[in-house]
Amino acid sequence: MSLNSQDVSRIARLARVELSAAENAATCDQLNAILGFIAQLQAVDTDGIEPMAHAVDVVQRLRPDVVSETDRRDAFQAVAPDVEAGLYLVPRVIE
Amino acid sequence: MNREAQWEVVIGLETHAQLKTQSKIFSGASTAFGAEPNRQACAVDIALPGVLPVFNREAAVCAIKFGLSVGATIAPRSIFARKNYFYPDLPKGYQISQFELPVVSGGGLQIRVGETEKFVNLTRAHLEEDAGKSLHEDFQGKTGIDLNRAGTPLLEIVSEPEMRSSAEAVAYAKALHALVQWIGICDGNMQEGSFRCDANVSVRRPGAELGTRREIKNLNSFRFMQQAIDFEVQWQINEIEEGRKIQQATVLFDPDSGETRAMRSKEDAHDYRYFPDPDLLPLEITPAWIDQVKADLPELPQAMQQRFQSDYGLSAYDAAALTAQRGLADFFQRAVALTGAAQAKLVANWLQGEISARLNREERDIADAPVTPEQLAGVIARIVDHTISNNIAKKVFEALWAGEGSSADAIIEAQGLKQITDTSAIEALVDEVLAANQKSVEEFRAGKEKAFNALVGQAMKATKGKANPQQVTDLLKKKLGG
Repeated sequence: MSLNSQDVSRIARLARVELSAAENAATCDQLNAILGFIAQLQAVDTDGIEPMAHAVDVVQRLRPDVVSETDRRDAFQAVAPDVEAGLYLVPRVIE
Repeated sequence: MNREAQWEVVIGLETHAQLKTQSKIFSGASTAFGAEPNRQACAVDIALPGVLPVFNREAAVCAIKFGLSVGATIAPRSIFARKNYFYPDLPKGYQISQFELPVVSGGGLQIRVGETEKFVNLTRAHLEEDAGKSLHEDFQGKTGIDLNRAGTPLLEIVSEPEMRSSAEAVAYAKALHALVQWIGICDGNMQEGSFRCDANVSVRRPGAELGTRREIKNLNSFRFMQQAIDFEVQWQINEIEEGRKIQQATVLFDPDSGETRAMRSKEDAHDYRYFPDPDLLPLEITPAWIDQVKADLPELPQAMQQRFQSDYGLSAYDAAALTAQRGLADFFQRAVALTGAAQAKLVANWLQGEISARLNREERDIADAPVTPEQLAGVIARIVDHTISNNIAKKVFEALWAGEGSSADAIIEAQGLKQITDTSAIEALVDEVLAANQKSVEEFRAGKEKAFNALVGQAMKATKGKANPQQVTDLLKKKLGG
């Protein structure tokens, strides 16, 4: 499997990343190199081995259901670009 | 052949149930409803750099409870995934959800439409976080974002596409709504968005392959669900009959026009590029943990229905109606505990008659009923011991409902409603009625049965309904026959 420049454009658009034509070509090479590594890994015989979801073989730590956070809105909103009536303001969203 | 019979409707439902936890699924911020904007949005919820999610144990307990209550498989190991999309009320740029290995898979729900029962299979149920809220009112030409809801735990419950009508879809949604409240994992408040449904609807010729579906988003009332699906089905049939193809789309229901309309869709909108979230490790659920949760689970509606039928001799219909809601079942059981099992049918009749009718009319929940199970049991006790007739019992009940007294006994006493049992007093009244209604008496003697009923009515009226109707009837018969 390998990606072409159209695939890269599409992935970039999904990730909201703007790429110039030169960057697209370079990125395409890099991504294909990564896919090459994956192809190598996929050549390994993994029959009978249970797939892992994480590189570390430990399980999720669980937190008790307790409210531990205090209201820090003022501090958070002090660094926000634009706020009003306690809301974060963003460019108008059209449904 | 009518048009409906030529088409088969196929409906699957995706339901988001907000879980009743104190804190969020991946942070220690409060989930309480109604706070000022962004007062309950902590650094994790607003996705400040460097923060990490820490999973709330209680959210898993809710998922386990649900899985047990629908006979599903609970995954010994499930994983969290990132669902990637860009929207201002999703500050991380992804929603933490589950994709492969959801916490619950399989199981199903028994539903009832009229007299017909049906089992609807579930595909899966998975844990995820809610997004924030966008307020599109004009803020200097901008959109306002409230992230209080961001990170609220949700259980998304996905059914198989097994419903065949809007009535079945509503019955399924109602059964699910009752169940999540029954087991205490969701408050079921649809106005506040604690329970919201998306319906996938398609039509096909019977026996044909599945048609292309359109998804109706965010149905937050059962009435709208029915209207939206009915409209959508007719729309799809029209389209196909007029030679057009259905395009897969997401649609919204407009309650004002009663129509569904497609949202503007972008070609890449559904490419969520799921991948396992590297910030979260697999969730392990051991058999011991499941057993522990099972021990805390209340008796489930199905089991309770069986018990109501065997212990109290109720019909399947009554048992199903009483277990449609936990509050109703609790009310019934508390009242029956006082009246005794012999009066269970009477309690069931009152609950489904007078009480349900009033609750429906006043759009109230059983939890807010002004009459308590103890008060209802008091009314029933006085019917059973013949202190009051059924008709007077309704008056007493009405007075209790209106808050005119604290108990049936107090109201009977205060309003002088006690049934007249003194035979000589009733006899005197009956004599008066006979004397005043000679015409009816003659008609009866001439063979008109109806005239007898008129006399009973007059006699009951004379006693202001406080005489035992049977006793009045017997007396009249005796006097007229003699």
